[in-house]
Amino acid sequence: MTDFVNSLGIILYATLAYMTPLLFAALGSCFSEVSGVVNIGIEGMMTAGAFTGTVVAYFTGSPWIGFLCGGLAGALFGMLHATATVRLGADQTIAGTAINMLGPGIVIMIARVLFNSTDTIPLNATQKLPKLFAGVFDTNTVFGRFMDNVFANYVSTYLVFAAAIIVWFVFYKTKFGLRLRACGEHPQACETLGINVLRMRFTCVTLSGFLAGLGGACVTMTISTQFRPISIVGQGFIAIAAVIFGKFRPQGALIGCLLFGFCSGLKVVLGGSGGVDMQLLSMIPYVVTVIVLIIFVGKSHVPSANGKPFIKAR
Amino acid sequence: MNKKKSFLDVISENTFIHIILSILLGFLIGALFLLVMGLSVGEAYGRLVSSVTSVKGFSYVIVYSVPYIVAGLSVAFSFKTGVFNIGAEGQFVVGAMAACVVSILLPDLPKPVLIPLCFLVAAAAGALWGSIVAFLKIKWGINEVLSMIMFNWIAFYLSNFIAGIPAIHSEGSAEATKNISANASMLFSKDFIKANGLAPTANWGILVALVIMLVIWFIIEKTTLGYNLKAVGVNKFAAEYGGISVNRSIMTALAISGAMAGLAGSLQLMGMGNRISVFASQEGFGFAGIVVALMGCSNPFGVFVAGIFYGALIYGGSKLNLVGAPTQLINVIVGTVVFFIAISVIFKNLKNIRRRQRANAAASAARKEAESK
Repeated sequence: MTDFVNSLGIILYATLAYMTPLLFAALGSCFSEVSGVVNIGIEGMMTAGAFTGTVVAYFTGSPWIGFLCGGLAGALFGMLHATATVRLGADQTIAGTAINMLGPGIVIMIARVLFNSTDTIPLNATQKLPKLFAGVFDTNTVFGRFMDNVFANYVSTYLVFAAAIIVWFVFYKTKFGLRLRACGEHPQACETLGINVLRMRFTCVTLSGFLAGLGGACVTMTISTQFRPISIVGQGFIAIAAVIFGKFRPQGALIGCLLFGFCSGLKVVLGGSGGVDMQLLSMIPYVVTVIVLIIFVGKSHVPSANGKPFIKAR
Repeated sequence: MNKKKSFLDVISENTFIHIILSILLGFLIGALFLLVMGLSVGEAYGRLVSSVTSVKGFSYVIVYSVPYIVAGLSVAFSFKTGVFNIGAEGQFVVGAMAACVVSILLPDLPKPVLIPLCFLVAAAAGALWGSIVAFLKIKWGINEVLSMIMFNWIAFYLSNFIAGIPAIHSEGSAEATKNISANASMLFSKDFIKANGLAPTANWGILVALVIMLVIWFIIEKTTLGYNLKAVGVNKFAAEYGGISVNRSIMTALAISGAMAGLAGSLQLMGMGNRISVFASQEGFGFAGIVVALMGCSNPFGVFVAGIFYGALIYGGSKLNLVGAPTQLINVIVGTVVFFIAISVIFKNLKNIRRRQRANAAASAARKEAESK
């Protein structure tokens, strides 16, 4: 029983840890995709955020300024994507591919200049994001250790849940959200009602970059404390997958990210006990995602105008 | 209306010029980065050019470019048929692993049997990987982009798993498979390489890539199958109305595209790879294929040239360290090139904008005239 509770605690801990950066990026992806702009540049934007977050935290000593700057770096690449796709009518997939090359390319070059290495210098305990409820629970009891595992998580985990609620509220309870959803479904109709579709999409793509940047910063400022070229390997694409999984809804993306995080947590615990090949275990999250899609989720409604450049009639 | 074409007309219509301009801009931005870093642009770009223009250097470029060309053809084919094969990465990996397993388990087959057999299983594995995604889409409506991302990772871990099986794993300490059988290797003979001063990994792959290019071109341009697939790519509703089964088209397109990506994997293995390592992250040949397909405008001949150009950048870029410039410069240059290719539609819109400006000017002039009366 004790072992089981401990394992469960570790699984839940790993679930939350894996989920946090994914959900930030997935919420960002929601903004962009729902407003009608395909953004496969999320990966590059996360890389920019991951690098900028730890570098700024290292030089200023403040994790919060670093975290925010990580978001802003992502937003900068978001604006680049928005300029190309929204203002200039570029093919969204091609522009996103370019962002995915430019993001890592530029930050690793800067890393070479600043640190003479492709890795940044690891953050110390005061420079990385703090843990909430650290030391609140008595880890000598079974229950205390379980609570410590689950709740003494990095503050970013709590922030991402708050962000998910805010994004849900914005999407479904505000005028802005209604308009942004309409822009992705029928931009022409929006334009006739006086909504500036181009400005709306520009804002949303920039926001998606900001959230992806925060997600990237979560990767390098919590469990891992430095940026390395392999810090962001595919998380951006998994986040996009989570959004498609969640039928382009923030609450759906949350479930997608939780499922993915849970499978990753399962992998950590099963892998620790030995017996099963680690490579096969690592497949679990991807296989489970496909199976869950087949059994429960099925077809995903893509916003009707998703991927189509909007050209303003004059 | 037999007016002579203006300069603007030429620029706005010629895709080739867009790509050349994009490439120049890419190098320009790269130069800016070098200047900001306080490095000599001449020295870095000089190194880039000199390292790919010698006989040995160029033979390296050709060796490097083979998998990029064929992966590029795979993605270009998918673009033509209206599917975005972001799953080429996984198809490449399973293709390479299938060829690797066959060549290790059947090392004694004669060369003329083993090499085609390896190609065949690689193409079959890639086609299977692509078809699964198409099947999931047709049967349950699963979004193909999502399942391709998942299957890229499944392929990645599957390859690492197979590389760890005792019958396949290297006998030495390397975290990799055994070397492939000499009968599966496509390397030129040692004497030939030495006599001509080529790269030690110089091989026949480029000729295979050439043949694949011609086959893809033939399928797209000269067959009914290609016509149907293109029709679905342009407008699937019209194609369906015209009696073409969209579902079957998606299945065929992804199977062919996957087979190409799988072949690219086997060419990489039987050319310069010689074995498959256990990797910590995806190698990115499939993603490079996307870039090459874009630079080649999804035209088979264009993709061939773009693949060699990309190979030159990657090989030349690996020598940049020697002059103190970071290898990542290449990513910035290529990223910029792709970015400008993406926004090159503005060239096409330039004409419309000018026409609109003229119309606006005329309208406001007319308004002023009316007011003054």
